[in-house]
Amino acid sequence: MTGSGNNRLDRSLAGFRQRIVDAWSLQPLLVPIYAIILSFIIGGVLIAIIGVNPFDAYWALVRGMFGSSDRIAGSLARSVPFIGSALALAFAFKAGLFNIGAEGQLLVGGLTAAWVGTWAWMTDTPGIFAIPIVLLAGLIGGFVWGWIPGELRARTGAHEVISTIMLNSIALFGVRWLVNSRDPLILRDTTASVPRTQQISDTAILPELADSNPNLHMGIFVMIAVCFLLWFVLRRTTFGFETITVGLNPHASHYAGINVNRIIVMAMALSGAFAGLAAASEVSGTNQFFQPGTFAFIGFDGIAIALLARANPIAIIPASILWGSLLAGAPLMQQEADVSIDVVRIIQAMVLLFVAADAIVRYLFRMRGEAGPHIEAAATGWSGP
Amino acid sequence: MSTADERTPVLEVFGVTKTFPGVVANEDVDFTLHQGEIHCLLGENGAGKSTLMNVVFGLYQPDQGTIKVRGEQVQMEGVHDAIDHGIGMVHQHFQLIPVFTVAENVILGDELTNGPFLDLKEARRRIREIEEKYGLAVDPDIKVGDLSVGEQQRVELVKALFREADILILDEPTAVLTPGEVDDFFGVVRSLVDQGKSIIFITHKLREVLAVADRITVLRGGKVAGTADPKTATQQSLANLMVGRDVVFQVEKGEAKPGEPVLRIKNLAVEDDRGVQTVNGFSVEVRAGEIFGIAGVEGNGQRELVEAVTGMRHNVGGTVEILGINATKLPPRKITELGTAHIPEDRNKHGLVGSYTIADNLVLNRYHHESFARRWIRDHHAIHKEAESLVKQYDVRTPAVQVPVNTLSGGNQQKVIVARELTGEVEVLFVSQPTRGLDVGSIEFIHNQIIALRDRGAAVLLVSAELDEILSLSDRIGVLYRGRLVGTFEGKEATREQLGYLMATGATPESEQAS
Repeated sequence: MTGSGNNRLDRSLAGFRQRIVDAWSLQPLLVPIYAIILSFIIGGVLIAIIGVNPFDAYWALVRGMFGSSDRIAGSLARSVPFIGSALALAFAFKAGLFNIGAEGQLLVGGLTAAWVGTWAWMTDTPGIFAIPIVLLAGLIGGFVWGWIPGELRARTGAHEVISTIMLNSIALFGVRWLVNSRDPLILRDTTASVPRTQQISDTAILPELADSNPNLHMGIFVMIAVCFLLWFVLRRTTFGFETITVGLNPHASHYAGINVNRIIVMAMALSGAFAGLAAASEVSGTNQFFQPGTFAFIGFDGIAIALLARANPIAIIPASILWGSLLAGAPLMQQEADVSIDVVRIIQAMVLLFVAADAIVRYLFRMRGEAGPHIEAAATGWSGP
Repeated sequence: MSTADERTPVLEVFGVTKTFPGVVANEDVDFTLHQGEIHCLLGENGAGKSTLMNVVFGLYQPDQGTIKVRGEQVQMEGVHDAIDHGIGMVHQHFQLIPVFTVAENVILGDELTNGPFLDLKEARRRIREIEEKYGLAVDPDIKVGDLSVGEQQRVELVKALFREADILILDEPTAVLTPGEVDDFFGVVRSLVDQGKSIIFITHKLREVLAVADRITVLRGGKVAGTADPKTATQQSLANLMVGRDVVFQVEKGEAKPGEPVLRIKNLAVEDDRGVQTVNGFSVEVRAGEIFGIAGVEGNGQRELVEAVTGMRHNVGGTVEILGINATKLPPRKITELGTAHIPEDRNKHGLVGSYTIADNLVLNRYHHESFARRWIRDHHAIHKEAESLVKQYDVRTPAVQVPVNTLSGGNQQKVIVARELTGEVEVLFVSQPTRGLDVGSIEFIHNQIIALRDRGAAVLLVSAELDEILSLSDRIGVLYRGRLVGTFEGKEATREQLGYLMATGATPESEQAS
């Protein structure tokens, strides 16, 4: 009896869900959405175990994220660099590559942007040139740092996962040395209390949109424009077609006359360029100097966001905003409900876990199986060409 | 017929239906295997042969229907149940571990132990016993990786017999064997039956069915299309039953009108992925307007040869000249642009991007041409139009050109490749295993397309493991053995026996010296 009752409930729930899905054409978004819901439910249980009312905690979190115009601006500002690092991951995924190196590419891009921004002649250069020059510098820095593992993969077969992890270390410690060192003095601003570079030229600073914490600047438009540009490139250009083809089937690409190695090198280099650009926009718009610590984990979170967005450049925009807002809102939750910021980190990790292991979500929410998107294959397949 | 019916049935399948999402793989199938018979299960690819056997072997659970073994109704929950009921299966793709010895492979999953240790001594003794009884000579201590394909198959048989199977399911067992090995294999099968085993022999090769079967069941579209007696059946009648309509067997082919040599390969040497030189001084000249067929047992350098001449693999020596241009070191796209086309051996690995639409697959090597892209911007409209016209022209059965190509049947997938490759100016065609695993209708269609291309004056280099295909299409035939041509024949003069012997030994009976 109860069985049939459950079935009826299941059926009506399924019908209800189907109507929403059809109305919003949500089919491809279902797994990420359910993954988020599920993670918050588990996070809520966790909070309840600590002895805090999860609804109070989440209410504080939501107000921390979107409670005032300042908070909204701060959440958006927090999200901007994630867009770049997620694009880096997504583009590499499309080419069948797993770029773990966004972390290092951000550091190198941020450093080159700050370094170029402090060049003496920049102070006399009007903003319309100075800002693009700084952004371009960051882009080139990231490009080079992505190009290296791409070239290694194409020429020697060295797997990009391994080489980008190593390059992350090289970037981290290299950059730290360049910025920390007092003797010889390289890029350190000796007047500052923390190790950082000198302030970039005033002309190279991206205009501010809101004086929030962190401040919101024009970089958000740059990054969103890049999302649309990449979406167009992937969808409509021959280069995009080649990239996706290589990602789906390198053997068939080779057979069809596509230069697979060239695509691999370009995909890694451009992937790094997206990260580098994101770092440059942060240096130029947020800090006005380069401080290595500010980029910690942005590259790694890019992996999660790209997976959540299923490597779709447009979907990366809301996914990044969700990610950044959660981090921006968490302090208020800690303040008001005494729930550690780490809980948000745990929820984020669970979202990724459920997106990656989407069979769990499909089972719990009784979704019909569908042919998995390519992104999972990219993320789970470690086999070389 | 009447003698077979008097025998005791050892395996009976009643009304089995098995559906997969969107596909009815088996529908109300009845099937009976009698004691001591060889029962051939014949059908095209996708007819439901493998599904039915996987149901019998416990790999799939049927939606409906019952299975009886020796008159007793059984429930197959898994492979172990099937093995417990004395059913053994030799899969088309061997399930062997190359670095293990024969004995280790045989006992794998059913390990004989002596305390905590493997009892390989006892295993060896029992394997020898089985080998003697059924005439399956393989050394139990040799590593499986060092065995020939035919010997590996014997190991699979020993594995099944070791588990005391007396109902043996053989899934396309001859697909990987040379003609000579096939005859030996039939001998083994006969001796198994003489010793009281019962055998289900799955195949789509009509010649073999008539040579070996005691009884024949034909599946078509998941249903039993009929049963036949090999004494009265002919290849023609079986083919008609398989396809459901009259099949023209002999390819209609006019005289070749060969012109100038357009493909010249001299002393080509190519290494495989492991660095072993598998093509070794291969030379040939193919003229415009002729089909040159390369016969040979698989693994004699066919794959590396074709990949080298199409630019997909570097060669380590020799020259390739296409239409008077030195193409030895050119990359694939440059070679295509000379006026060549390539129907690859492995359609899923090389020929198609499975999740791409039919339309994108139809322009896979031309997406950058002016007609499909304005500078760097792809013209989806033009691609769509081209796809619609090719799908019509090449009779690809699909609801729309925007469906993923991996939703098509093998035959239609191959038609997509053929359509893509044969469109435009093709002066040299490289084609490898063009009809592997396809249904009779698609084979007919593809053969006719290749001949039509020849008649338009193209040179065709055809590589195939199917001797019948080589014989019916080729104007000239070369036999590839260990990476070089060991004999060339006029297509009309070559016989199966001649070619088979040469393929197996690399020498003609008269000249045993050469190797």
